[in-house]
Amino acid sequence: MAERLAVKKTYKLYIGGKFPRSESGRSYQVSDAKGRFLANAAWATRKDARDAVVAARKAYPGWSGATAYNRGQVLYRVAEVMEGRHAQFVDEVAAGEGVARGKAEKLVDEAIDRWVWYAGWSDKIAQVVGSSNPVAGPYFDFSVPEPTGVVAVLAPQRSSLLGLVSVLAPVIVGGNTAVLAASLERPLPAVTLSEVLATSDLPGGVVNILTGRVGDTAAWLAAHMDVNAVDLAGAAGDAEHARQLELAAADNLKRVVRAPEAEPEWTAEPGLERITAYLETKTVWHPVGI
Amino acid sequence: MTKFEYAPAPESRAIVDIKSSYGLFVNGEFADPVDGSSFKSVNPATEEVLAEIAQAGHADVDAAVQAARRAYDRVWSKLSGRDRGKYLFRIARIIQERARELAVLESIDNGKPIRESRDVDIPLVAAHFFYYAGWADKLRWAGAGPDPKPHGVAGQVIPWNFPLLMLAWKIAPALAAGNTVVLKPAETTPLTALLFAEICQQADLPPGVVNIVTGAGETGRLLVEHPGVDKVAFTGSTEVGKQIARSVAGTTTKATLELGGKAANIVFDDAPVDQAVEGIVNGIFFNQGHVCCAGSRLLVQESVYDETLARLKRRLTTLRVGDPLDKNTDIGAINSHLQLARIRELAEVGEAEGAQRWSPECELPDRGFWFPPTVFTGVTQAHRIAREEIFGPVLSVLTFRTPAEAVEKANNTPYGLSAGVWTDKGSRILWMSQRLRAGVVWANTFNRFDPTSPFGGYKESGYGREGGRHGLLAYLKAED
Repeated sequence: MAERLAVKKTYKLYIGGKFPRSESGRSYQVSDAKGRFLANAAWATRKDARDAVVAARKAYPGWSGATAYNRGQVLYRVAEVMEGRHAQFVDEVAAGEGVARGKAEKLVDEAIDRWVWYAGWSDKIAQVVGSSNPVAGPYFDFSVPEPTGVVAVLAPQRSSLLGLVSVLAPVIVGGNTAVLAASLERPLPAVTLSEVLATSDLPGGVVNILTGRVGDTAAWLAAHMDVNAVDLAGAAGDAEHARQLELAAADNLKRVVRAPEAEPEWTAEPGLERITAYLETKTVWHPVGI
Repeated sequence: MTKFEYAPAPESRAIVDIKSSYGLFVNGEFADPVDGSSFKSVNPATEEVLAEIAQAGHADVDAAVQAARRAYDRVWSKLSGRDRGKYLFRIARIIQERARELAVLESIDNGKPIRESRDVDIPLVAAHFFYYAGWADKLRWAGAGPDPKPHGVAGQVIPWNFPLLMLAWKIAPALAAGNTVVLKPAETTPLTALLFAEICQQADLPPGVVNIVTGAGETGRLLVEHPGVDKVAFTGSTEVGKQIARSVAGTTTKATLELGGKAANIVFDDAPVDQAVEGIVNGIFFNQGHVCCAGSRLLVQESVYDETLARLKRRLTTLRVGDPLDKNTDIGAINSHLQLARIRELAEVGEAEGAQRWSPECELPDRGFWFPPTVFTGVTQAHRIAREEIFGPVLSVLTFRTPAEAVEKANNTPYGLSAGVWTDKGSRILWMSQRLRAGVVWANTFNRFDPTSPFGGYKESGYGREGGRHGLLAYLKAED
């Protein structure tokens, strides 16, 4: 019997819960670690980046206004669906990162477990970083964390799934919405993750994923006046690019998570820094009296 | 209504001893600036020159940063948290001992009523040092990891509206966390910071742990851009805050920025009107409106607009504008000629754009910088007086019909520092406070501050918090 001819996937953008091609109509070749053709990925442009910000802003009231319990449930559901795509993630990580299958399996396991770890923070972070403040007067005064808004994320260039999860999950668990620019050379796990997100009860627009050259979209995201924060993880190792993006981010005082000198391994257990980086502290006062 | 006249009740200024000139406080001693230049600090209520103040240049800022680095390396980073705390407790106590002197000096240099400097500013300054003193030996409980570390040398630049209080907000948490500091007070209000330098000497604080460099904006720029500074903290305008954010781009320097605001003070139809009117007055006329979190946009529900405005205007006729040292004064002097010009300009723009201007009849002194309490009605969201921070005793009044409209209007600004809500309905307070994009929400009160209470902005009002455990985190890092 002849071998069955596979049905190949078209790798597209993920904006507002839909899978458009780039408005430019362009794509670029994605190869495996040995240079063999894997797929044509969409080449996102400034227009796609702006559309993604609009979608993220539109999704913000609903997602930030959802209960923490509900956000936790949705994010846990994402991990469940990731588990179902385990084999596909392993294929893509092994091909893109050029690691052995066993190593790729470990990376995918860790990525799913990390997503679960972050999911659990949704209804706990406020208790850890919030406070009741004993002011010297007849007032009840408390501080609560709130999401900062729309966050632009430059995903790590090397770690295509574990790194991706490590920067994306902490943004949305706090109630923010995200526009993520995937790794240029290793974008396939990000596209597959977008398909997971689309089938996990995550409202459209909460996460938007762009593939293509970070240079084509990052500058627009960093300068966009309706973006509230930016994670420069994907600019690790390119200090001048990171500095330019931070300069652009100052125009509306975005919260900036700086790029490290070199991309970390992402295997160490994360702290709360990436969650709290996108949280504002709101303090509410009310008099006490009869 | 009978109106009682008050006899003058001036606080004596004999308690303060203002020198004719002041040097820079570097490495525990007062020193003249290298190039010998200086500027004058003026009493804004009389235009009398108070003192010649040293103008720190490049070499002076460099010397101060080096002194702070030496003090950090050799003394302060080696001291136990317990001992750092004891120094801060000493400072808190000396501030209490010299409270009256500090209050009088603050009112002379800044123009704020003695009632406020005596009852608000200086007590809060002492409380702030007291609060953070207690943190110094408890840092591992602050939430920055089991063994948190200070950044090193902090460069701090503060504004003129609450001179000594802003100094306390900056220096107390920085020192408790184990940093040393170089602080630049505002050009027009350096005197209490220089008296604080003397207090550091009285407390035997090791030389170089606190350094005070005086000067204008250029001195501040030299300080925040100095490569020896590990941590920048700034309170002031959003424009300068953005410059600072740019200047630290691409470095490892951390910045916290506490910037401008255009707060909405929202009055619902079920609010207790008299309390709300007091809150409106406190919100915008406290400290002559020189408050970044001032309630400068009053949003009144349409159904109670007439009554609220009538009562507000009646209340404003009882405000006493004049001598800051008079204990009966409610509104003191505008801090500087420059600020007065800015307020006048925006008030004129308000009229030109079609809003109706109203002030109670009040006699202003002949000399000094004064602006009467002013209310603009018929203001729309497009008017500059509804969008720009005036930083003066000028209130813009807008109306709304529904809670959703109030939220929409309140959030329609690039700023997000504070907001006020007045209503008797508890569920509405919480509903509103969840939706207002502002770092502080005062419900049925306004302009309350406390060392335990985090303060700071959303959006272009800056980032980072001051006060409470959150304020301490700005001066700590999880590891080296």
